[in-house]
Amino acid sequence: MGFKKILNSKKIFSLLAVFMLTGTNLLMAQTAAPADATTAAAADDKTAMWMGAGYYVLLFLLLCVVIAIVGKILRVYDLTQQIQGKKELNWNNLMAVICLVFLIFGIYGAYWEFTVQGTQTLPEAASAHGVKIDEMFTVTTVLTMIVFFITQILLFGFLFKYRHSSKRKAYYLPHNNTIEKVWTIAPAIVLTILVVFGFFTWQEITNSAEVKGDLNIEITGHQFAWELRYPGKDQKLGTIDYKLVSGTNKLGIDFKDRNSFDDLQADTLVLPVNRSIRLNIRAQDVIHSVYLPHFRVQLNAVPGLPTFFKFVPTITTAEMRNRLDDPKFEYLLYCNKICGGIHYNMKKVVRVVTEAEYQDWIAKQKPYLTDDLKKQMNIATTTQSKNVQPNRLALNN
Amino acid sequence: MSTLAVHDHGVVHHEEGHEHHKDTFISKYIFSMDHKMIAKQFLITGITMAFIAMTLSILFRIQLAYPDKAFPLLETLLGRFAPGGRLDPNFYLSLVTIHGTIMVFFVLTAGLSGTFSNLLIPLQVGARDMASPFMNMLSYWFFFLACVIMLSSFFVQKGPASGGWTVYPPLSALPKAMPGSEMGMTLWLISMVCFVASSLMGGINYVSTVLNMRTKGMDLWKMPLTIWAFFLTAVLGVLSFPVLVAGVVLLIFDRSMGTSFYLSDIVLNGKVMPFEGGSPILFEHLFWFLGHPEVYIVIMPAMGISSEIMSVNSRKPIFGYHAMVYSLIGITVLSFIVWGHHMFVTGMNPFLGGVFMITTLIIAVPSAVKTFNWLATLWRGNIRFKPAMLFAIGMVSFFISGGLTGIFLGNATLDINLHDTYFVVAHFHLVMGSAAIFGMLAGVYHWFPKMFGRLMDEKLGYLHFWLTFIGAYLVFFPMHFMGLDGVPRRYYAFTEFESMQKWLSVNTFVTWAAIMSALAQVAFLFNFVHSIFWGKKTTQNPWQANTLEWTAPVEHIHGNWPGEIPTVYRWPYDYSKPGQEEDFIMQTVPYSETMSSNIESDFEDNPVGLAEHTKWASTQRSNEEVK
Repeated sequence: MGFKKILNSKKIFSLLAVFMLTGTNLLMAQTAAPADATTAAAADDKTAMWMGAGYYVLLFLLLCVVIAIVGKILRVYDLTQQIQGKKELNWNNLMAVICLVFLIFGIYGAYWEFTVQGTQTLPEAASAHGVKIDEMFTVTTVLTMIVFFITQILLFGFLFKYRHSSKRKAYYLPHNNTIEKVWTIAPAIVLTILVVFGFFTWQEITNSAEVKGDLNIEITGHQFAWELRYPGKDQKLGTIDYKLVSGTNKLGIDFKDRNSFDDLQADTLVLPVNRSIRLNIRAQDVIHSVYLPHFRVQLNAVPGLPTFFKFVPTITTAEMRNRLDDPKFEYLLYCNKICGGIHYNMKKVVRVVTEAEYQDWIAKQKPYLTDDLKKQMNIATTTQSKNVQPNRLALNN
Repeated sequence: MSTLAVHDHGVVHHEEGHEHHKDTFISKYIFSMDHKMIAKQFLITGITMAFIAMTLSILFRIQLAYPDKAFPLLETLLGRFAPGGRLDPNFYLSLVTIHGTIMVFFVLTAGLSGTFSNLLIPLQVGARDMASPFMNMLSYWFFFLACVIMLSSFFVQKGPASGGWTVYPPLSALPKAMPGSEMGMTLWLISMVCFVASSLMGGINYVSTVLNMRTKGMDLWKMPLTIWAFFLTAVLGVLSFPVLVAGVVLLIFDRSMGTSFYLSDIVLNGKVMPFEGGSPILFEHLFWFLGHPEVYIVIMPAMGISSEIMSVNSRKPIFGYHAMVYSLIGITVLSFIVWGHHMFVTGMNPFLGGVFMITTLIIAVPSAVKTFNWLATLWRGNIRFKPAMLFAIGMVSFFISGGLTGIFLGNATLDINLHDTYFVVAHFHLVMGSAAIFGMLAGVYHWFPKMFGRLMDEKLGYLHFWLTFIGAYLVFFPMHFMGLDGVPRRYYAFTEFESMQKWLSVNTFVTWAAIMSALAQVAFLFNFVHSIFWGKKTTQNPWQANTLEWTAPVEHIHGNWPGEIPTVYRWPYDYSKPGQEEDFIMQTVPYSETMSSNIESDFEDNPVGLAEHTKWASTQRSNEEVK
């Protein structure tokens, strides 16, 4: 019986050899192809493409054959052991050992991830509330990681320690009320602490009511860009009516509102440091999301529902460049809610500057009320007044 | 009373089965009303859909790993969706959308609940079939129809739906907003309506079977945890799926009839639209009122299956059976009041956000209890590493890893910066994606003998497990760190952002890990198909388990048991009971046959039995004294 198996597997070995040969042949063909590529016509691309794909498929099939052969060998080994009256391969023990190996490599892998990729994450928060978020993040990470390592070690540790043995019987333990109460109440307490802190911080962060001295900046999302509007000297943004949107008035600013006369347009979101910024968030077509990861700011832009987020930037771009030792660093704002094909490229550069620099910059920005628009408005108002006249007459009659 | 009536019905039914043996091919394999066959239909359709969804994920993973490279083969295969051998950005979003939809609904809801609820509910509670076999058949065929419609959207001109599996309007409501929002989206909506009809019919059937058709002696506290999990899952589904239909129907109105339920103040491509007064947030509420219970619909059957398998293969009773049931009930109830945690940064009232944060973190308590109970089940067990056991363990490991990151995302404050980043992707792929898939695979390996009368190959099962398990961790663990760097999900390429370039190498690594785990599924597929036809024949109770399904004959017969349905005397977890020769006592063994292993707590609600037990114990004692 066992010999027959070996014979069988020899056949498979020869098959393997054939596969290997063809595989290397193809590999040769692949490496040779680029050399001829200069002379070959474009039509050759297709065959090369299929050859490439075919090569990988063949490689996979080869792998399958190898696995099948290993399987056969194991089976033969088992059978010969059986014939000789020795113990078969103990798969239970093997799996238990692999569990232990997985645990050790897993812990090392997690540690490696934390030390290598953990350092590639966002730099320190550049806003006042962001510092609180980061603190809470650290506390949560420490707590959860303790639980993570303990439970995973117990899980795989138990698997190794209590692997099957025919000499032993499992310990009959249907329940233990004390210990169950302990591990219901313990997580409940930890979670309560997290919830309470989270709740109050959340309330504080999301309080976006307007206070005197806030700098209102409007950001409007549409497919696939952001539009910015700064208030002029009056520090007030004019109202918006989406029905007024046109080629010249892309935001639909209502110029009947006096506050809108001096509203300014800008390309970059420039923010004065240490000043309370109140973002007025709008969307024109679909839902977008204003995401400023460095400031720990995110809020969706929803058509028909203006939203607000208040925050205080604390680190200027220049200072952040120094701290990160990266002269090209820029704060970014990007869209974080699926909004269409170009969703992946909807960014705005954010620059945090000193108050003086901000005043310099804002003075150079152009108002939304352009000359073109003024001309159009005049025409519009005159035509409107002409139109209004007969209407009124009609009404009076 | 009800048990008696059902019992009688069962016998009559069985005799009828003997009278006319004229199962045609169609009535046996296609429009079958037998729960075992329907379970197989669900399983095979579910596996097919899973392979399709997996292939889609490999396609978009290739795009993420090599955003600048052209693959001419892709153009040959996908045509206009991959011009010049590079995926079209809109088609990339379609892939993401359909991958999510298929995996969440078609594989992990229908494929998981549909298979195992159908197979195990009648067999484990002791019923001849489902309460309504005809409705059961309809349930499968509506599901099949939904699958066909969903896949057919790949063949319409503008491609399948592409607004993400959550299909938030206005993106999904305005056909001009993106190509996928045209015909593809319509097909998505029709498919979902069929799907919900299917899952409702299934759910009503499961609930009524569990409540009305249990065999004699099978009271609620003697049901295996699998049945508890399927039962509560069905209740969740019945209560929450109709809300999705409501949301979907309103969306259909907005798309086709000019209503404004979800739309207001919209200017699309410079054109002012006439919609007024609606709110996109309304859809989000309706969607997540289903959407959140949905993730528990996905994970609870996996929990039940893993609990059962871990108990059988540790040869040890599940630790804290009552606590396991109460935590399932707790999760079921709480899951209805946590949906708002998906909407912390949508512009919903921040106070509501705070409330949802509290309820969300409360739901972590029953989840923690379950985890600790699983660990306690393994403690001092006698663990057999069957492939099913390994997958059940994998499920626990993923549930821990993914569940812990839920504590970050459930905290509204931390969610501000993590919302919609790769951190979320990592979280839910571990806790509900991988964990639920592993629960499903554990179930397949464990109940394969029950379904097909043959055993699967164990060694291939080991290979499949380790490759998939390691692969899944390699894919999803690094994603956490991308999320912490503020990398958003659903981005076609990271090439436009210099700050994201550093993740390109990680993306390549993740893609290769994903390809490895995808190829590992070939081992499963081969094992599955090969074993159906040529696997080793099974014995009646191959895993030495206690539950009722292993008392049924290997050969499938209409009505499950020849003769009477067995009576149940004890709970399903009497493994390694001291005083008993064998390390398992089946549910059908009366206490009178196991005097030596009975303990006082077995008779908590049975004074007669207790009196007998004390009498027996005292005679034993006096006998010993005599000796």
